[in-house]
Amino acid sequence: MVGLLIMDELNNLFHGFAVALTLPNIGFMLIGILLGVLIGVLPGLGGANGVAILLPLTFGMSPTSAIIMLSCIYWGALFGGAITSILFNIPGEPWSVATTFDGYPMAQKGKAAQALTAAFTSSFVGALVAVLMVTFLAPVVAKFALNFGPPEFFAVQLLTFASFIGMSKEPPVKTMLAMMLGFALAAVGLDSVTGTLRMTYGQESLLKGFDFLIAVIGLFGIGEILLTMEEGLAFKGQKGRITLRDVLDTWKELPKYWATSLRACLIGCWMGVTPGGATPASFMSYGTAKRMSKHPENFGKGAIEGVIAPETAAHAAGTSALLPMLTLGIPGSPTAAVLLGGLLIWGLQPGPLLFTEQKDFVWGLIASMYLGNIVGLIVVLTTVPWWAAILRIPFSIIAPVIVVICAVGAYTVHNSMLDVVLMLVFGLMGYAFKKLKYPLAPLVLALVLGDMAETSFRQSMLISKGSLDIFVSTPLAGSITGLALIMLAWPLLGLFKKLSRG
Amino acid sequence: MKSGSHLQMRWMELLVAACFMGVSLLVITDSIRVGNSWGNDGPEPGYFPFYIGCLLLGGAAWVILQTLLSWKQDDGQEVFAEKHEFNLMLLMLIPSVVFTAAIFVLGIYLASLTFVAAFMVWQGKYSVFKSIAVGFGISAALFALFEVWFNLPLPKGFIETWLGY
Repeated sequence: MVGLLIMDELNNLFHGFAVALTLPNIGFMLIGILLGVLIGVLPGLGGANGVAILLPLTFGMSPTSAIIMLSCIYWGALFGGAITSILFNIPGEPWSVATTFDGYPMAQKGKAAQALTAAFTSSFVGALVAVLMVTFLAPVVAKFALNFGPPEFFAVQLLTFASFIGMSKEPPVKTMLAMMLGFALAAVGLDSVTGTLRMTYGQESLLKGFDFLIAVIGLFGIGEILLTMEEGLAFKGQKGRITLRDVLDTWKELPKYWATSLRACLIGCWMGVTPGGATPASFMSYGTAKRMSKHPENFGKGAIEGVIAPETAAHAAGTSALLPMLTLGIPGSPTAAVLLGGLLIWGLQPGPLLFTEQKDFVWGLIASMYLGNIVGLIVVLTTVPWWAAILRIPFSIIAPVIVVICAVGAYTVHNSMLDVVLMLVFGLMGYAFKKLKYPLAPLVLALVLGDMAETSFRQSMLISKGSLDIFVSTPLAGSITGLALIMLAWPLLGLFKKLSRG
Repeated sequence: MKSGSHLQMRWMELLVAACFMGVSLLVITDSIRVGNSWGNDGPEPGYFPFYIGCLLLGGAAWVILQTLLSWKQDDGQEVFAEKHEFNLMLLMLIPSVVFTAAIFVLGIYLASLTFVAAFMVWQGKYSVFKSIAVGFGISAALFALFEVWFNLPLPKGFIETWLGY
């Protein structure tokens, strides 16, 4: 039975490779990776807003080609973040902050090529493990989720949001506020169930509500540029050039660190599937590696494990974040949320049915994860000097160009200038939120999932005639809701401890 | 709001929390308007947003309370941004706002060219010629990518009409 099931997945996967391996799709893959690395390298453009800006370009493509290109942008961005961290001590992406701790010291000691090779290779390993997990676990989860009714879906969504509050580094109240703001913005406009206008206050332009793509471009793009400007960045980088010899020498050394790598994969996969995301995964993995190491004193001074651990985990988390997105329609990271928004725009309903109704699409995507990461690894290993050169372009050129790109991206979503203005407002908001420690990820996720969460809540309420008991009445919904409540109570527990101590 | 040479964290904290409170009031009022209770055929449209609004209100009140409780203790020491940092941020924000306004008048291509070139001259101290060349390059790349390759029209102004596009 199990053997049959695996055969089935392998068959599907080979079919997926046939879909992904057509010439145009390989071309999109390559373009995607290159754009992705560029986005990952440039400050202010990251995975989430990079994909958001480029999403309108794909409206004319077939959904399969589009998702292949967009997901490759994502892989590219994951790779690109490491380059700036190691060579310039500037994390191009939040998930590569932990990579700077040991990556930059290594570069300072003249071991930049080694650090880069280790980072790229571990990224690749992390992604590969996560894709393997997605390949074999996703169909099972999807099959299981076919039995879900509205109460179960709402319970899963509740769990997603509760774990944000329970697990986030930021103050729980602020996480909650950011999230509720996302829900409130999602509710603006035409209510799809009753056709009532909500919270438009007579403004016709608010009819269609707030688009999360605009929010993502503003919050992450403009907000980041404002923050970078404030730091008055001057890029002073180390030289980066990798020869074949460097690669082979580093590869010979890497198997020694299999245990670090394995732990990092586990942490990454776990944090990706539960909505922790790549950033906390990389920090957690770095911390664990340091604690378990025989020479923790070397960490921070250029230990190669300090590069392997966060990079593996970040890639594993970034990749496995697609598992809940595809099977349950719940993205595990902001970038996955943008991809999910893309699916909706192309008329695909994410969730368990996707696996039975859109086989080509799903397996084409999964196959492209394998191929995209292989292509990505080769591309970054061979092109590092280019990207380093791009980073030497002064900020006074890069900054206005990025603002222009963001504005164009925001405009093309709906061909509306109002969106460009809104993008600026969101940008200012992103700046203030970052400084005051309001997390942005839950805001974006709530904005994307708001309608879905509300619909499943209302449907459940209709079934139960307004009684909240429905979320605990079946064993499945009950246990998920229970887990969600534990997550919610987590920060309170800490509070009580603090109070009782005095 | 400003004391010495930095913006105080506590004031910004209050300001943002007050904004949240304002939003929550908008949400709650409108939810009550469209109905926040149980209708004939199920929950009314304001049922879900009403609770969202309440959580927003409660959360914002909590942040304000916390800030006020630690007001004395903090004594304005915690820094939101040093004044010169904040000014640097404005050096980016204000031109961006002007750029957005300019798109309405000039169209995106001319506005981008001007914005990139002006910023380079002003902040980067580049020569006017070099700056305009870079600005022109960016606009041309945008034009090729969007207008020609992907067939997505971007906002245009008088210059494009004049050039007959």
